[in-house]
Amino acid sequence: MTLFLPLLVLLPFLGLPLLLVVDRLGRRAVAVAAGATMLAGLGLLAALAPPVLAGDALVLWRPWLPDWGLDLSFRLDGLGLLFTLLIYGIGALIVLYAFYYMPADDRLTRFLMTLLAFAGGMLGVVLAENLLLMLLFWEVTSLTSFLLIAYKSKYHDSRIAARMALAVTGGGGLALLAGILLLGHIAGSFELSVILDRGDLIRQHRLYAPMLVLVLLGAFTKSAQVPFHFWLPNAMAAPTPVSAYLHSATMVKAGVFLLGRLYPALAGTELWFLLVTGTGAVTLLLGAYLALLKHDFKGLLAYSTISHLGLITLLFGLDTPTSAVAAVFHIINHAVFKASLFMVAGVIDIQCGTRDMRRINGLMKYMPVTATLGIVAAGAMAGVPFLNGFLSKEMFFAETVAYPSFGGYGTFVLPAIATVAGILSVGYSARFVHDVFFNGEPVDLPKTPAPPPRFMRLPMEVLVAIVVIVGVAPQLSVGWLLETASAAVLAGKAPPIKLAVWHGFNLPLVMSIVALGGGIFYYWRRDRVFTLHERYALDFSSPVAFERAYNGATAWARAALARLDARTLAQYAGLFLGLAILVGALAWLTSPAESSGAPLAGPLPLTPVDPVSAGAFLVLVLGVAGATWFVAERLLAILFMSVAGLVVSLAFIRFAAPDLALTQLSVELATIMLMLLALRFLPQTGPAERGRKARVATGSVAVGAGLGAAALAFAMLTRPFETISGYHIENAKPLAGGTNVVNVILVDFRGFDTLGEIAVLAMAALGTHAALRGARLRAFVRDAASAADRYPIMLRMLMQPMLPLALAVAVYIFLRGHNLPGGGFIAGLIAAIAYVLQYMAGGIAFASARIRLDFVLLLGVGLLVAALTGVASMVLGFPFLKSAWTYVKAAPLDDIGLASSLVFDTGIFLVVVASVLLVLTELGRLHVVEPALRPAGRAGPEPSPARAPAEAEG
Amino acid sequence: MTHLAFLPFLVPFLAAALLLLVPGEARKAQRAASLGATLLGLVLSVALVAAVSDGSILVYRLGDWAAPFGIVFVADRLSAMMVLLLFALAVPALLAAMRGIDGRGLHFHALFQFQLAGIAGAFLTGDLFNLFVCFEILLIASYALLLHAGGLERTRAGLTYVALNLVGSALFLVGLGLLYGTMGTLNLADLAFRLPTVAASDVPLVRVALVLVALVFLLKAAVFPMAFWLPHAYAAATVPVAALFAIMTKVGVVALLRLAVVALPDSAAGAGLLSPWLQVLALGTILLGTVAALAARRLAVTAASLVLVSSGTLLFAVADAREAATAALLYYLPHTTLATAGLFVLAGIIAAERGDLADRLVRGAAMARALPIGLAFALLALAVSGMPPLSGFLGKLMLMQGAGSGGWQPAWWAALLVSGLVAALVLARTASVLFWEPREAAPPRGRLPVPPAALLLLVLASPALTVAAPAVAGYAGAAAGQLHARVPYMVAVVGAGPDIPREVRP
Repeated sequence: MTLFLPLLVLLPFLGLPLLLVVDRLGRRAVAVAAGATMLAGLGLLAALAPPVLAGDALVLWRPWLPDWGLDLSFRLDGLGLLFTLLIYGIGALIVLYAFYYMPADDRLTRFLMTLLAFAGGMLGVVLAENLLLMLLFWEVTSLTSFLLIAYKSKYHDSRIAARMALAVTGGGGLALLAGILLLGHIAGSFELSVILDRGDLIRQHRLYAPMLVLVLLGAFTKSAQVPFHFWLPNAMAAPTPVSAYLHSATMVKAGVFLLGRLYPALAGTELWFLLVTGTGAVTLLLGAYLALLKHDFKGLLAYSTISHLGLITLLFGLDTPTSAVAAVFHIINHAVFKASLFMVAGVIDIQCGTRDMRRINGLMKYMPVTATLGIVAAGAMAGVPFLNGFLSKEMFFAETVAYPSFGGYGTFVLPAIATVAGILSVGYSARFVHDVFFNGEPVDLPKTPAPPPRFMRLPMEVLVAIVVIVGVAPQLSVGWLLETASAAVLAGKAPPIKLAVWHGFNLPLVMSIVALGGGIFYYWRRDRVFTLHERYALDFSSPVAFERAYNGATAWARAALARLDARTLAQYAGLFLGLAILVGALAWLTSPAESSGAPLAGPLPLTPVDPVSAGAFLVLVLGVAGATWFVAERLLAILFMSVAGLVVSLAFIRFAAPDLALTQLSVELATIMLMLLALRFLPQTGPAERGRKARVATGSVAVGAGLGAAALAFAMLTRPFETISGYHIENAKPLAGGTNVVNVILVDFRGFDTLGEIAVLAMAALGTHAALRGARLRAFVRDAASAADRYPIMLRMLMQPMLPLALAVAVYIFLRGHNLPGGGFIAGLIAAIAYVLQYMAGGIAFASARIRLDFVLLLGVGLLVAALTGVASMVLGFPFLKSAWTYVKAAPLDDIGLASSLVFDTGIFLVVVASVLLVLTELGRLHVVEPALRPAGRAGPEPSPARAPAEAEG
Repeated sequence: MTHLAFLPFLVPFLAAALLLLVPGEARKAQRAASLGATLLGLVLSVALVAAVSDGSILVYRLGDWAAPFGIVFVADRLSAMMVLLLFALAVPALLAAMRGIDGRGLHFHALFQFQLAGIAGAFLTGDLFNLFVCFEILLIASYALLLHAGGLERTRAGLTYVALNLVGSALFLVGLGLLYGTMGTLNLADLAFRLPTVAASDVPLVRVALVLVALVFLLKAAVFPMAFWLPHAYAAATVPVAALFAIMTKVGVVALLRLAVVALPDSAAGAGLLSPWLQVLALGTILLGTVAALAARRLAVTAASLVLVSSGTLLFAVADAREAATAALLYYLPHTTLATAGLFVLAGIIAAERGDLADRLVRGAAMARALPIGLAFALLALAVSGMPPLSGFLGKLMLMQGAGSGGWQPAWWAALLVSGLVAALVLARTASVLFWEPREAAPPRGRLPVPPAALLLLVLASPALTVAAPAVAGYAGAAAGQLHARVPYMVAVVGAGPDIPREVRP
């Protein structure tokens, strides 16, 4: 039997595709399908109910994410049964009602699908055994409520009210999530069966207080308790079936449901009493007070709902067994009479075209049956005898009188609050009845009211019949239900319940009489209340206020972000390096105790300074300082930077690293040349420096980063180090067939790195190609004179014979690479530079006429050659890039080592050449297509025709 | 000899090189080759996951040189999973380019494949210098892709992006140089073996080296305060590129995770290296992303801001460094990657539907395809804001339980919950503006610049991850367990108690 438990939750979701299927058959079919789903739920519930009514709880447990406490477990006990009955029962009536209520041009499919999804979510809340699963469904109800409130999305108020409800109930749900996680942590499980058994443990835990506050935040936001109540009146922007279903009978009851659900685990502490009863009392009074003041009768009903939810909350806070019973009883009663009242309100809304009670009067004449139904239901709301509301209100009064441990807080406070609330609720009920159904004639209505269709009245009739039946024969009609539900709330310790209309003449009855009489007097003198309210009330809960708050937050966020984010590279790099300095220092300083005093300098002695090195160092400093100082003068800055680069090459030579020196030198040359070419398209001077403060900040970061790097280099160089390079040196010749270890590392030991780096180089070229293609840049030329002398004849004469020589050198460097300084990378750069020089000397047209290659293709070929060298070894059954080599006797030359890495190196060579030349030709092409020579001024208008002859090339 | 651990790099790399041989005008051939390679990568990565799901660790020696002398690729549960995620994301991202975006600039497909190769390499490599190389590949590829289709905004954002990341590369090299200079190795497993043996006098220097490397990973992951570049760059990129970028921050996160979990524990050099400042910065990142989401004026910026939120979230779990935190992180990571990518694609489609208004969050014309787009928006919004019942909620549930022990818990929970709520409200407002407040009728239904299939795949990711949650979470838990066990990984790469010849110099 328990196997069908999940079906009880899933049924509404299964109804969703059904609705889509019958959508084409028209709105009647859709409504029938939705109603049938609800009725099927009722049937299933009836089938499952007997053991529950006998006092058992059906529990089905299926592990899902057991490590994280989220399991698919469901529980049907008395409380769940009560709510399931309400959800499916009222749901079926709501579907029927909505069929008539919703405009005929609304196909109903979307509406009823959302409504069904909500019902499913709500069922999940009340039937989940696992609290995390319950929370999941809890938020589903928040989200579907959002969609339903916003259903009439073309109205401004609907949209904002929906977001407001989402903010409050969704946010409360997240607090509840935190609370549940704490609760699960405390109880050691998220399963209700376990948690409900461990009340004592939970109440004594040190995390009880924060957990309780978080859980109550969830409950109070959902059940619209003060100060989170304001979303509910605004949610009345939803279509009335939604108000009747979600916002009176079911969803807003989820909060008080939770209080009942966790009652055995959480209740019984002073904190519980203070928070729950206190909040409930304030909500009860404020809701009842504000209800009278609403001219919109849906607003009146909304505040009345808030007030009644406060009443239920208050009762749960009292934590005596009988108070919990009263709370459960009022949940039932309120759901029934308030749903019917909303339905009546919806009929009036449609029939009159307005909801303003200052205009709607005397409807008794126009729709006597509906009016009678409304009057009866409103009587229940006011607590008139022989109606269901009277019974639970009477129980409420009795509880406030009987509450024992009220020491310290004054004995008469609670009964007084209860009586005042009673007076207020009689007052607003009287207003609803008197204003709407009597009080003269309607004023200036858009439509002439007429009775609703016959079957639209049916749901109201059913509900009002229940109101009366329960009011007259409570024990007979709902005694069984109340008993089961209360037993679940009280974990089986429910007192025997005997519902009766007449309890004898006692204090609660006196309070009821006072409430009725006082309420009518209060309503009679209502004008004075209105005047006072209009003078002093604050508006902090309207859609306008919410939107203002939201927009304020947005504006604040934009301002804050604009302040933080300067959108400059200088700021980003500064923050990055600044953080590096801070974190680096922190890492050094937080070293564990035994090494915290380690000095910066290591044990190695410092190398003595020779004059040449010192001189080179000074030049280096000069280069760097110059580049920094002249950073705005771009040409100068580049020249100074090249000085620094050259000194680095010298340093490599000084420390016996000829490969590095060669590479550095050729990279330096190629880079500087390309930069100089690109410089033509940049302003000759950089942008104005930022303010003094920014410069100081940037300067400090720069100095700090420099000093930090220097300190680290110093620390490292003064320490001996362990290295695995011995392996590379030993094995370069025997295992890889080369004597130049650097080259062997590059093409063999770590050839894969090299493959990656040539891909980087290739992509840089491709990126430049892509970025410059189609770019229309303007050259910044100092003056015409420099343009006239672009290709000095001397340079041209000198460079042409240089090309074959340079290429020969490149080949030589390439071939010897495996054994002596050289290799594909350096050779590629040398060859490329040779071509760059041709361009510099002769211009792009001259050069490209002589270099007829598709460099993109060449890049691809080079990459493929390199990569396929690696693939070849895979074909032979080795890992990628496994090298093979042999010696070829070739007298009179030396033995030539032929290694597979030579093929790999060829790929490198091709990629390097193609990359540099691709960038070069693209930059050169820009020179060709550039529209015109421009004067030195930067931001001028389009060049004047007189100064814009197409620039001839070559 | 199985090459499986290397193929996810090789396939896109070869494809990229081959694509350079196909002329750009032969777009159909380019697309077919690119998509074919990506699908092949997807198949291979599925095979890779299957191969390692029993807990085995595949070590691939490039050039047949043993670690630490040569470079190795290592496929364990974590790297296999990340590679699978990469290709699972790459397929819809590439599809998104196939209706013409790829033709708005040059070399799109080659660069895209290089990007895949670089990211796959970064996940798979077991060598820190090779990781640097992979970072360079993916950096330059991403820069070129970011500039794809040109324009002022992209050029500006791209220049900042590449220059800042080159500073990062420089710092990476400094860190690696220091590390090699003190430890004599760049292999992660070898490093893990050797870190506990560092002489006390060298510990501070090694710590600085490690933390600089970590900082470079954090730059990639866009941690506060090095995060401002991200929304500009991502929101400027074309749709397929932005979608693919959703995984870029995760490269930094996963690299840091591996460094923190495999190398740092049980050594003086690694003790307390990242905590507590990383937690603070991670929470700062979440806050920044939340504020940025609130401030966003375009949907793509919202999406980029949410990338920041997820970055901060993941980094907090990394800083936590407990197995449960890692397990939670590894469930959340694929979810957040695919969901934010979906939001980028959706932003592109909405921009196309709204004409001149693009994806700006102002009232305007209705959309011709409001219903399917609205549904996609709803699902993605649920997913990225971590609302039930989708995988974002499950991930959040795990992260709240798995990470943030001790005094961090209140701040951590508050950060997760508040950022989720703000995201939900921002997206609700966005939905209101885009779908509920049309000023005028929808423009005629034009052909979408992005194939709906690309969006569909990404939209369905979160429901799929929800339904498959037990399997995915189980795998994530196993991956976390394997990672935190450390020793199997170290032994697989360099052998037990490695006896590696070293010499002391000078």
